[in-house]
Formats: sequence, structure tokens, C-alpha cells
Amino acid sequence: MTRMDDSDAAQVALVLGGDRDAFRVLVERHSRRLFRLAYRMIGNEQDAEEIVQDALVRAYRKLDRFESRANFGTWLYRICANCALDRMRKQRPEKDHREPARDEDLAAPGPLDTAPSEAPGPDRLVISAELGAGVRTAMESLSATERAAFVMRHVDGFSIEEIAKTLDLNIGATKNSVFRAVQKLRRHLEPLMSAAK
Amino acid sequence: MTHPDEQQLIEYAAGDATRATSSPELAQHVGVCAACRESVEALRRVVAVASALEVPEPDPGYEGRTWRRVADELEPPSAGFTWRDWFSIRRVAALGAMAVLVIAAFLAGRYSPRPETTSTALATTQVRERILLVAVGDHLDRAQSILLEISNAEPLAGGAEKTVDISREQKRAEELLGANRLYRQTAQRTGDATVADVLGELEPLLVELANSPSEVPTSELEALQKRIAARGLLLKVRVLSSNVHEREQARTKAGNKS
Repeated sequence: MTRMDDSDAAQVALVLGGDRDAFRVLVERHSRRLFRLAYRMIGNEQDAEEIVQDALVRAYRKLDRFESRANFGTWLYRICANCALDRMRKQRPEKDHREPARDEDLAAPGPLDTAPSEAPGPDRLVISAELGAGVRTAMESLSATERAAFVMRHVDGFSIEEIAKTLDLNIGATKNSVFRAVQKLRRHLEPLMSAAK
Repeated sequence: MTHPDEQQLIEYAAGDATRATSSPELAQHVGVCAACRESVEALRRVVAVASALEVPEPDPGYEGRTWRRVADELEPPSAGFTWRDWFSIRRVAALGAMAVLVIAAFLAGRYSPRPETTSTALATTQVRERILLVAVGDHLDRAQSILLEISNAEPLAGGAEKTVDISREQKRAEELLGANRLYRQTAQRTGDATVADVLGELEPLLVELANSPSEVPTSELEALQKRIAARGLLLKVRVLSSNVHEREQARTKAGNKS
């Protein structure tokens, strides 16, 4: 997270002063990063775009509650994370606590076709695609909170305290969500990774 | 030391171990135990693979497209009156400014020594005070209703980790927050400590609710309920509400007599 720079602060002040179009600068500056967060949490582009739009509209309406000393990017990130959580819970409540998917549930390769491998040959590429599909399936097996906690901790590098604040959980529950996420991912991915060796 | 459990190893591998879950013995054990070391390394590989989920890069026109869609949502309607009017920042600010002026006038009149006034001026002041008392009383009633619903909320049926739908309370808290802030600030400025204190205690809760997801785990709801109970917030709001309504009735009677 970078600290809120002066230009963010200036744009926020302009919007609060009644200049709605000043919000455009903030949208253009932050929407791509929000899209990456939303995509990692929801797993498809169309939903991710809608989540970003919802988050930005929600942020605009709450802008008068934004503390000017805070980091605007982090504030937006938190709103977006909660929008994504809401969407995930509405879309697939039945998936929130389901058991790990079976092997036959492995879907066709998705956008993740990369494995932590070096210069893959044809055989390796097939394995990478399978592993990529496995990662997508494994991520879908996580509850909304687990997925959010995992993305924030291991992709975006937030501290446990920051995640707890964003997801409005206590420290123990946050650590537990990260733990459960890694535990489920391990059960899905270790067999695939062993096969890829 | 015996082998650590899976949670200890996962926290150790992620660097999330705390004093409660880690110890020099754990680090030492991982250093000498080949099985645990392999387990930690395997966990780190799993995390590395899972966090490498590739995100498609949006096309170059993404930002512009996003703004157009967002701007549509922010546009006030061309005709008619909808809820968006109430929530547009400018309108809220304008309403807020009006509310502050009216409340300030009310409270200034209440706390200032009164010179001789004409009967017409007195009647006007009384009507204004009565209207404001009605507004503050209504605000407290609505806040009390949210507190009651949160205090009595129960988890949804089904699911291992139960959740509670608080979307209605969340929306209402969002609606009340701006007014609460205005009333509190005005009460502080005019020295009405009782009103300022209760509204000041209510405000963080409204902020928390307004920014919460629409469904929260039971554990979070219980923590919220405990905080409300520990502070006696419901009772404080109820007492203040009752006090404001009494003042409102007294004003009405005084108005009818004059």
C-alpha cells in the first residue's frame, strides 16, 4: 500500500466541494488495481468489472466519511474487498463451506496456465494447464471470507491486523481464515504438484 | 519437542506465527526435523502456486469505460425525485447545512438569556423548538430500533459457519450516520453534553455497521452485541429519547396555552 499522495487528497477535496467530475481522476487512477483484487476474489472478468463499479459508486457516496489523513487507495481497496465478499456470498452461498472438489470437478484450463516452472516444454505445458485449472478449482472451494483473507495476505501482502480491520474480524478469526484457506489449498494442490514434479 | 500441528506449520510457513503459536523450540524443531522442514517447504510452494493466479489485464479503454458506467450511477435523475437525490453528496451537504442552522438557532435560543420578546416571536421560537425536538426524537427512535434489531438478531439457518444478514440495519445505519454527526457536533458546540455524549457513543457503531458487509459471521454479531450491552448503549439511547419526547410534549403544551 502506498501512502495517499497529494493529488488523491486534492481530488477528494474537489469532489467533496461539489465537483463530481473530479472523481473521474480517482476512478482512472485506482480502477485497474481494484479490478485485480476483484478478479482474484471472484474469478471472472465480468463480475470483477461490476464489483469495481459497485465499489466506486459506494465510495463516492461515502466520500464524506473518508478521513483525509488515511490512505485513499487502502480505503478504496477495503470497500472493494467488501463488495466482492457481498457478491460472492450472494452468488454462491452453497459453496461457502463445501468440501474440497473431486478430481472430476477439475474444469477446463482458465486464465491461469502458469506453474512455477522454468521454460516449459510441451509436456510441462500440459501439466501447467492442469495445475492452473486445479488452482482455480481450489480457490473456488474456499469460503468468501477465506478467499478474501488469502488474497489479502498472500497476494497483496497485508498484515493480519490490516485484514482483520478490513474484514471486520478479530485477529484470531482472521488467522483462522488464512489457515483454513491454506489448508484447503494444500489438500487440493499437493497431489497435482506432486504429479507435476 | 513433539511434531507441531498443521496450523502451527502453516502459520510458521506464512510468517504469521505469534508468541502464542510459535517458540524458539518450533524454529529449532523445523531446523532439525526433515519431515517438518519438508512440510513447511511444501506449504510455501502451495501458497506460491495458489497466489500466482494470473489476472487478465483489462483492455486500454477499461478506465474510461469504468468511469462512464460509474458516472451514470452518480448522475441525478433528469426529472422526478428518487432516493438518489437524498444520497447525493451535495444534497446531503445542503440538508446538513440547513439542519445545522436550524438546530443551532434552536439550541442558541435555548441556552441564551432571553430578552423580552413579542408574543409572535415567542410562538415562532416554540414552534421551531418543537419541530427540532421531533426531529431529534425521531432520530433517536430510529437508532434505538437498529440497536434492538442487532441485539436480537439470530444467525441464518444452515451452514457450518452461520452468518447473519444485517443488510437492512446496514442501510439504515448509513442513512442515520450523517444526521447523527450533525446533531452531535451541534450539541457539542452548544454545550449540550448529554446529547453529545450519547450521540458520540452511537456514532462509531453506526460507522461500523454502515461499512460492514451485508452478512457477517455469528462470532462478529456476538462481539457487536456484547459491545452494545457492555456500554449500555440501548438504555442510554432509550433514556435520552424519552427525555427528548418529554421536552417535546412540554413544548406542545406550552404552545397550546400561549
